[in-house]
Amino acid sequence: MKAVRSLVLVSSDSESMAKGALDVHARLQQEIAAFGLSDEIAVAMVSDIGRHDAAPLVIVYPEAVVYGPVTPNDVRFLVEEHLFKGRLAAGLQLPARELSGRIAWISARKGTLPAEQRIVMERAGVIDPEDIEDYIAHNGYEALGKCITEMKPADVIAEIAKSGLRGRGGAGFPSGAKLKAVAQAPGAPKYVICNADESEPGTFKDRLILEGDPHSIIEAMAIAAYAVGASEGFIYVRGEYMLAQARLTTAIVQAREYGMLGQSIFGTGFSFDIHIHSGAGAYICGEETALIESIEGKRGEPRARPPYPTTHGLWGKPTLVNNVETLANLPAIVRNGAAWYKSFGTPSSPGTKVYTILGHVNMTGLIEVPMGITLREVITIYGKGMRSGSGFKLAQTGGSSGSIIPASLQDTPMDFDSFNKAGVSLGSGALLICDEDTCVVDLTRVLLKFFKNESCGKCGPCRIGTQRAYQLLTNLSEGTGTLHDLADLEMIADGLTQLSNCGLGQTAAVPIRDMLKYFRAEVEAHIKLKVCPAGACTLRVLS
Amino acid sequence: MNGEVQTVQQTTSVTVSESRVREVVGAAVAKCGATREDLVPILTEINHVLGYIPPEAFNEVSRVLHTPIGQLFSVASFYQMLSTKPRGRHVIQFCESAPCHVVGGGAVWKALQDAVHLVPGETSPDGKWTLRTTSCLGVCAVGPVITVDEDIYGNITPKQVNEILERYE
Repeated sequence: MKAVRSLVLVSSDSESMAKGALDVHARLQQEIAAFGLSDEIAVAMVSDIGRHDAAPLVIVYPEAVVYGPVTPNDVRFLVEEHLFKGRLAAGLQLPARELSGRIAWISARKGTLPAEQRIVMERAGVIDPEDIEDYIAHNGYEALGKCITEMKPADVIAEIAKSGLRGRGGAGFPSGAKLKAVAQAPGAPKYVICNADESEPGTFKDRLILEGDPHSIIEAMAIAAYAVGASEGFIYVRGEYMLAQARLTTAIVQAREYGMLGQSIFGTGFSFDIHIHSGAGAYICGEETALIESIEGKRGEPRARPPYPTTHGLWGKPTLVNNVETLANLPAIVRNGAAWYKSFGTPSSPGTKVYTILGHVNMTGLIEVPMGITLREVITIYGKGMRSGSGFKLAQTGGSSGSIIPASLQDTPMDFDSFNKAGVSLGSGALLICDEDTCVVDLTRVLLKFFKNESCGKCGPCRIGTQRAYQLLTNLSEGTGTLHDLADLEMIADGLTQLSNCGLGQTAAVPIRDMLKYFRAEVEAHIKLKVCPAGACTLRVLS
Repeated sequence: MNGEVQTVQQTTSVTVSESRVREVVGAAVAKCGATREDLVPILTEINHVLGYIPPEAFNEVSRVLHTPIGQLFSVASFYQMLSTKPRGRHVIQFCESAPCHVVGGGAVWKALQDAVHLVPGETSPDGKWTLRTTSCLGVCAVGPVITVDEDIYGNITPKQVNEILERYE
């Protein structure tokens, strides 16, 4: 690699691309050439994370100065001031008081600020996602090499089990136990599937991992395949994630060229290859058995479980299905050991969690922090407080299938067990922070509309239950609901939980229950007083 | 099921010539493969090239994959990104999920309605617009979000709607 004076990075996540990051990149190269600096300054596209409101970002190293949003017309000024004259390009820099988690994290590496803890997002935004050499230069494929040359499959599984890693897709199932189940299941061939059908509204962590560090998923899948004895893997990517698909495709081609995929990897007897399967727009395909049906070329309708995919998965064979974020932990655990991993997070939920912060906070975006920090910390430290001084009312976690968490629970540590104990769920990592102008009836109505639309329709309790609940909630929000409707909603919620075939119907009941449990008075105001206390619903005046 | 191939009746006025359909299906099969597992990628590819999946394409895929048309239609109608009806020249997608809703999505929806006068799923008579609502577009940090074709617009205010739509011919 050639030594350069400065490295200029341009963010290339979807938001940045939509706002002209490619033009900025092209103009940077032109202007740098025009100033005769091409030999001493390198320009690269990286996936950025954390500051989508200021996209596209331009970051200049080694000073770690962040500019944004940068338009193509700003580029000449930026190059002239910062790279040619060597001073800050005034006016383009992000204000210091708005430093995001990402930038705080850059500073933290210099030991100045408390910040995030990055394990799965360690390289995202730092390396060029389209260059396997950059990945290898940052410890990439070291864990895979260690696994297949020094460790037995059982050792790999034991190490993962010891680390206490739990599935990050929402359910929190122990990853070691799942690996073991597939490894011990009779039948061949076996398959490894990466579930990248991230369709929970508000969740886009997996997209940023795939866009920013695609090789980490390839390495992780190869490690998992070695552990369970699989030789073929599938990445099921959400159809909307075109950039992630393109990056993965490039990464797989490169990995094959460098012998990280294919026949006898590292000259051992282990062979493994990966196919990408694009989704076509169906939330339910994030459910593992629906995902498997979809890969098989069918409607994405969930199967009855048991039997579980660990024994009867893709084409009836033992199959390991893991979420992107879960997989992304594997290389770091193998490289650094289970004891190191357990030093992060809480005893029952070791490691980190990637959250997407949304809604009425000053700073939206993505953070990776240790398990166990509280909602209050997320809002004040990373969200930079509530927007326009309004009060925090509730948070909705984990896309649609999480819980509605009232302000009274904002000091509960966010880990699997503490949340279970409090009767709420962590979900997939989206934190939709809502202020006092948000009406809980209106919010629940929107959530149920989502479930109604996305129910695959295979089983009645879900198909009919979500539809009926949506109607009742619409009545409530329009001021035509009755107290009897609340009893009906409770009954529907019970039916959804107990009778639905899969997680979609079961979790559709959660927001209904949370609404009635934590916000009953507000709901009843819509009925008894014909008033929406938050002022969000338009109630029909009955004559 | 006897595997017999049935012909779907032409129901739309927009026609794509049969030779064109054969060509597109052939290319899709060459690119994606010709087994049942390749069905969703094949249909996606056809949808991408033609804008929707015409009845002739179902006939052709059915012939190539030796799969009854009913099964093909059952799959195609399941996935949101596949369309069995012709769409307008430009497809507007509006995200109606909670993260976009709580930051002002409702007002944007109203502005969209005022601009195009379509119900969700409808195509304008002049064939310019198709309006669709969607569950999530995956760019939730910049809600409210709409997409027009493959262009993503985030942090939309009701006032911006007309200005955005005017960019499309």
